Amino acid sequence: MDVLQILPQQLVFGLALGTVYGLIALGYTMVYGILFMINFAHGEIFMIGAYVGWWVLTALLNAKLTGLHPVWVVPVMLVPAMLFAGLLGVCLERFAYRPLYLRGATRLGPLISAIGASIFLQNAVMLTQGARMKVYMTSLLFPRTWRVQVAGASVSALVLVMIGVAGLMMWGLHLLVQRTTLGRSIRAVAEDREMAAIMGVNVRRVIAVTFFLGSALGGAGGVLVGLYYTQIDFFMGYSAGLKAFTAAVLGGIGNIRGAMLGGLILGLVESLAVTFMNPAYKDVVAFAVLILTLVFKPTGLLGETVAEGEKV
Amino acid sequence: MLKLTDVVTHYGPIRVLKSVTLEVRVGEIVCLLGGNASGKSTTMKTILGVVRPTAGRIEFESQRIDRLPSESIVRRGIALVPEARRIFGRMTVWENLSMGAFTRQAAPPAELAQDFERVYALFPRLEERRQQLGGTLSGGEQQMLAIGRALMARPRLLLMDEPSMGLAPALVDQVFDIIQTINRQGTTVLVVEQNAAVALGIASRGYVLQNGRIVLHDTAAALLAADHIRRAYLGED
Amino acid sequence: MTAPAGWQRWLAIVLGLAALVGPLVAPSDYWIGVMARICLYATLALGLNIVVGFAGLLDLGYVAFFGIGSYLYAFLASPHFGLHLPFFVAVPVIVVLTAFSGILIGAPTLRLRGDYLAIVTLGFGEITYLLLINLDRPINITGGPSGIIRIDPPALAGFVLTRNLEYHYLFLAALALTLVASARLRNSRIGWAWQAIREDELAARAMGINTTVAKLQAFAIGASFAGIGGSFLASWQHSVFPDNFLFTESINILAMVILGGMGNLLGVVLGATLLVALPEVFRDFQVYRLLVFGLMLMVLMVFRPQGLLAGEGRREEEPEPTPLVESEAGPGAPAGSG
Repeated sequence: MDVLQILPQQLVFGLALGTVYGLIALGYTMVYGILFMINFAHGEIFMIGAYVGWWVLTALLNAKLTGLHPVWVVPVMLVPAMLFAGLLGVCLERFAYRPLYLRGATRLGPLISAIGASIFLQNAVMLTQGARMKVYMTSLLFPRTWRVQVAGASVSALVLVMIGVAGLMMWGLHLLVQRTTLGRSIRAVAEDREMAAIMGVNVRRVIAVTFFLGSALGGAGGVLVGLYYTQIDFFMGYSAGLKAFTAAVLGGIGNIRGAMLGGLILGLVESLAVTFMNPAYKDVVAFAVLILTLVFKPTGLLGETVAEGEKV
Repeated sequence: MLKLTDVVTHYGPIRVLKSVTLEVRVGEIVCLLGGNASGKSTTMKTILGVVRPTAGRIEFESQRIDRLPSESIVRRGIALVPEARRIFGRMTVWENLSMGAFTRQAAPPAELAQDFERVYALFPRLEERRQQLGGTLSGGEQQMLAIGRALMARPRLLLMDEPSMGLAPALVDQVFDIIQTINRQGTTVLVVEQNAAVALGIASRGYVLQNGRIVLHDTAAALLAADHIRRAYLGED
Repeated sequence: MTAPAGWQRWLAIVLGLAALVGPLVAPSDYWIGVMARICLYATLALGLNIVVGFAGLLDLGYVAFFGIGSYLYAFLASPHFGLHLPFFVAVPVIVVLTAFSGILIGAPTLRLRGDYLAIVTLGFGEITYLLLINLDRPINITGGPSGIIRIDPPALAGFVLTRNLEYHYLFLAALALTLVASARLRNSRIGWAWQAIREDELAARAMGINTTVAKLQAFAIGASFAGIGGSFLASWQHSVFPDNFLFTESINILAMVILGGMGNLLGVVLGATLLVALPEVFRDFQVYRLLVFGLMLMVLMVFRPQGLLAGEGRREEEPEPTPLVESEAGPGAPAGSG
């Protein structure tokens, strides 16, 4: 195995993986930024997005339509996945989290409720969709011959589409958060909820919107991952979720640019690590990054200093 | 314009406001004085709906507001310049001001532009720094930003919670001059202050709050005159 | 410290009697096994209770200690490495070693708060699992996915445990000791220190409590309980597999602590009883077990976060300092956090 030869390929793949991690990480970071809670069930939202995408793709393929081209099929997969994921996130917030943080419960409550939601969703999907994995027939959509030469690497069109879609969405979110009134209200609520309310912001609505956006992006990540890895199962949210969470923490949790950066870095690091070491330990890379970050720089790369003894 | 009648507010089991009755009439500057732990900030929070009163009524322009959520109250034309400024440090000056105008999203852009102009006219330093992050401003500039942000809502009633706190005396004078200007421009003001002298200097009437109760109410002049007697009284908690 | 309320005392008596007499009247050996399992898990839950319930450290990776304890026993008392230490020699060794692992895992978490602490411990739990399942090459340490088998059962003076009944009483004895130890700890200086840390770490430090040492002690002692539980599992099951020690097991044990009421010893035992026994009672609906479990966690947090028997001194809901208006979504978060 000539490492140098596959390196460019691994880098591009790492980039694609990174943008997807970033997409999912945004869900964690946005919710954390506004509620200071870890939405443990976000990985399941991502997983459900993947299932919705699969459902759409399979339906389209089974309908034996001619002229199936990714340029319209992919959006048609993405939209319902994102909508469903977004709404699911809103429901979660409304029923499993809001009663807890409205009460001013300690951090333990929402986290455990989130874990409960995660387990519940995993099993709900398993029971309704079957324990066996589902397969994305990606090759019917993206013929394997569609490859592009990028910097000495032969890269499949799919990977480029992943990067493109994820990148586009992140850029869209960035614009929304930085340039629109809604975005400003989200940032205001994240920074000082009470003041935002005094400015007239409907805080509950902003929180719901934040959940919607973060979850929708997670759902999109699910579709992309489904397209690339082709195999999805009800348990995929767990490890993907932890990795995306790592990415969010690495970049500085609560920081949107941080999530994107963290995702990219983690994707690249993981992809490179797999090149050089036993792939079985691939997940350990992510955990190691997480633990190292939390121990040595808990605020992440782009985060601000956290006040010592801050009440959780 | 604003009327509080026998307002009682609790923090958990503690009764912070025992009975607060006060009134602010259109066009006035009224000040609410008191030492620490007298309940001044709680009064502000109660008016704004951040805290719900346990008893009593609060009326603004003859309509009860004590059961409403903050965002509704604010939309009726009340704005707050909070204690310790509390500007959004992670947003730019411009964005802070823009957030101030949140309740007026339906307003035509020309009107909003006018409001920006007005704020910049009052606080030229803010215009200079409009792309700067709020967190990088000095204490005095943050105070200006806090006031400007509140003005962006075109409030009919402006609530100010301890505007002099943490500011050098020269700045305090400047701030209170500006409050007078704002008042002359048509905004009614309720100022909560520990610094009785400077507050009474611009107000027409004053209330003194002690241990959650209004203990004194008079014209500013009368209060000032009695001040050298009251100073010890007001100075102690 | 508070004595259990009236009905709680009855509950304790009922449970105690059931534990002592139950196996003698159980309908089948299978159910004796269930009772033994209850005692085992109750011991584990008490260990986690020290970390989470007493000291307030949310450990989501407790299963790591359980796994370490189990595998250590497998190393010390099976053909795997050719060691066959007697049970009552191996267990104390394991207690010490797992306590040490508790310090190792706890050390990096000392400066972390709530959520982060939880995630890091979760990470360590996962890493432990990955190590257990992968460390069979290049040298076979853990036996990989197929684990280690033919582990020695406990033996004392020639008497080898074979029946579930015997295991049950062994585990029950250990549980009783663990209960006594927990109660003693709770009322001791360390216990007070833990409570102080749980309520307000900064204030605790200001009072002169060495929070670092106290937290490490919590991890160590909690881990050692899991070490005992792990030894029991290995010697009873005569085998250990990585899949015995998944993240869901951490959550399972955590749920036992929370369901009963964090910090409340009787509650923890009750939680363990319910969470081991109920799935057995509803075996026919096994496929829905986790679904219900997840739902239970959510419902519990929303409607009764303090657990069935409210955890003493720990109020899951802190009294609201401000009666918040409906539009307010909880206390404002401190600004400037990362």
